[in-house]
Amino acid sequence: MSEQNGKLLSVTDLRTYFQTEDGVVKAVDGISFELEKGETLGIVGESGSGKSVANLSIMRLIPEPPGKIVSGDILFDGVDVRGLPLEKVRDMRGKRMAMIFQDPMTSLNPFLKISTQLMEVTQLHLGHNKEQAYKHAIDMLRTVGIPAPEKRIDNYPHEFSGGMRQRVMIAMALSCEPELLIADEPTTALDVTIQAQILELIKDLRNDFGTSVILITHDLGVVAGMTDKIIVMYAGKVFEKAPTRELFKNPANPYTKGLLKSVPDPAHEEGTPLYQIPGLPPDVAHLPPGCPFEERCERAEDICKNEFPPFVQINENHHSLCHFAKEVYAESTGGGE
Amino acid sequence: MSETNGNSMISLEDLKVYYDLGGGGLFDRLTGGSKERRVVKAVDGVTFDIKKGETLGLVGESGCGKSTLGKALLRLTTITGGRAIYKGKDIAHMTKSEMREQRKDLQMIFQDPYASLNPRMTVGNIIGEPIRTFGLANGKSVESMVQDLMETVGLSRRFIKRYPHEFSGGQRQRIGIARALAVDPEFIVADEPISALDVSIQAQIMNLMEDLQKEKHLTYLFISHDLRAIRHVADRVAVMYLGEIVELAEAKDIYEDPLHPYSKALISAVPVPDPEIEAEREHIILTGDVPSPINPPSGCHFHTRCQYAIDACKTTEPELVQIKPNHYSSCIRISPEQPNIEDA
Ligand SMILES: Nc1ncnc2c1ncn2[C@@H]1O[C@H](COP(=O)(O)OP(=O)(O)OP(=O)(O)O)[C@@H](O)[C@H]1O
Ligand SMILES: Nc1ncnc2c1ncn2[C@@H]1O[C@H](COP(=O)(O)OP(=O)(O)OP(=O)(O)O)[C@@H](O)[C@H]1O
Ligand code: SF4
Ligand SMILES: [Mg+2]
Ligand SMILES: [Mg+2]
Repeated sequence: MSEQNGKLLSVTDLRTYFQTEDGVVKAVDGISFELEKGETLGIVGESGSGKSVANLSIMRLIPEPPGKIVSGDILFDGVDVRGLPLEKVRDMRGKRMAMIFQDPMTSLNPFLKISTQLMEVTQLHLGHNKEQAYKHAIDMLRTVGIPAPEKRIDNYPHEFSGGMRQRVMIAMALSCEPELLIADEPTTALDVTIQAQILELIKDLRNDFGTSVILITHDLGVVAGMTDKIIVMYAGKVFEKAPTRELFKNPANPYTKGLLKSVPDPAHEEGTPLYQIPGLPPDVAHLPPGCPFEERCERAEDICKNEFPPFVQINENHHSLCHFAKEVYAESTGGGE
Repeated sequence: MSETNGNSMISLEDLKVYYDLGGGGLFDRLTGGSKERRVVKAVDGVTFDIKKGETLGLVGESGCGKSTLGKALLRLTTITGGRAIYKGKDIAHMTKSEMREQRKDLQMIFQDPYASLNPRMTVGNIIGEPIRTFGLANGKSVESMVQDLMETVGLSRRFIKRYPHEFSGGQRQRIGIARALAVDPEFIVADEPISALDVSIQAQIMNLMEDLQKEKHLTYLFISHDLRAIRHVADRVAVMYLGEIVELAEAKDIYEDPLHPYSKALISAVPVPDPEIEAEREHIILTGDVPSPINPPSGCHFHTRCQYAIDACKTTEPELVQIKPNHYSSCIRISPEQPNIEDA
């Protein structure tokens, strides 16, 4: 996106912790990023690295207790979301900012018909009457590719397939044409053709209404095609931040490199195991003092064990959290040109 | 395919699973509800064998009946018609106690990990329960078995006392995998087992599944939307469309030489993890509404969206026939003599 007409969201040094029996889980620990109007940000990274928690924090949906946003600023179109009373946040949610949740079954009410759940949103935010809301709900279901929506709209969530539920969630999030759409793994349960359709839909939204999008996904193919810039998360931290092409071409962080290397390649030799980053994912309740990736890192040296790495600026828009960021970058520009 | 020989783990013959959504009754007519009885033909006459020790990949559009088919094999949903033969017996007609005996050997990794985990149980108990039920260990040794399993799937042993809601999406998915592996089964239906995982853990799980397969001769039905992953793990792949199998072949052949028009579209839609290639690439985006499984199109179910459809496709129901060696496809416009639809 080149028409940068202002910042929509800026997150600064956000920290969200959970109190558990086993100690404090620092699910998100000091992350910062910005999003322009009409821009799409991709968030990728380790499972359990805090991607969902970071975005639930922006929506103020962290269950408290055991969770708590302990510090940081969240500015949405100039409004301080963190300081806003909850009922004000509720007015914004669904209307100005909407989220497609990772787990459709936890966010759809199993006891309510799909129609009821979809209608609620537009009745609340767009002032639709019953009839308008019903019509709109059917239209939205058709838009997300539910076949014969007029026959399915009065079904309950369990009567839908996994992917259909996910599409119901997407329909719900898109209902009011939000300014910020947070999509947490929006297409994992979808086949590639429907995935392509949903991604087109998100692109249209961005082009037609200037919607800003945060796209959380494990599918590196999807981020490659959809996003302007990417942040890579690991153990509650941003490990790397760069424009999309730059990140794929010249990663400056060993974790990012490992991630890119793990993608199954169609030319992969049969019978040989896939590349996987060695070792276990970290336990964020008990992180060592140094780099959280140190134990698994092929590049690690003594300093990594003892000192937390700096967030090194590689060029104007490219940062990497690593003691050897510049060297890693040099390796990938040297070998990758 | 009728080679029901000693090599097969499970043989399906014309398997059908229908869901009745109601409607059409007196009450509906009086109250202005649906006038027709609405039946979802989720699985509508599927015939194939799953061979011992193989990984059969199952792919297809969302809602085409993959999970339903997987659940039917474990009788987690009622079988409407046809047969599913396992060890000489029809799963559809096993008694409750016969079925209970098979439970240990037939396991499922569920698509929706959260919905399938009891929110009031700790992870230790979720994974430990089947171990105790089938008497595979007792007392303290259950706990150490559970912890070993947790590590195998990339979860820290320390998490054993945590509840499902305290985990991320991908961590929950791994709890489900550990639970299925806990009882040392023969056959696992893995329904989107890696969809919520980052690529490195995906690789770890796929490597693990392959190792277990080599070691214990496990058989998998691997359901996934991730065609790159399927290409890697599966020996053969079945492509499903609206309750029917439209293509079945060796994994390599499905990718390099898809014959059915639907498979062709599916393969072309796989995104490539390279922004430069992705910007240039053409995807065959299927047009037309996804038809409803309540009233599937006549003839070939795919004809409403197929760019090669001719009039006959609306009336003739194609059968799954062998087009090339071990490569089956159901499309009336292709045949062993004329395998390429472009030439038809
Ligand atoms: N309610 C909770 N109580 C305790 N810990 C939690 C809670 N919710 C999340 N966590 C922990 O916070 C960390 C971050 O979780 P989050 O859901 O943000 O991960 P994620 O990056 O979205 O992972 P995934 O890709 O698997 O969805 C994880 O280690 C998780 O176990
Ligand atoms: N319990 C149920 N009651 C009624 N209809 C159902 C039920 N479960 C599934 N269906 C319907 O059966 C069809 C097939 O569903 P199924 O879950 O098998 O699809 P799937 O291929 O696994 O899709 P996905 O890729 O989205 O998971 C869908 O139309 C779905 O709505
Ligand atoms: S039978 Fe006809 S409609 Fe069906 S796939 Fe072949 S050409 Fe297309
Ligand atoms: Mg998540
Ligand atoms: Mg399914």
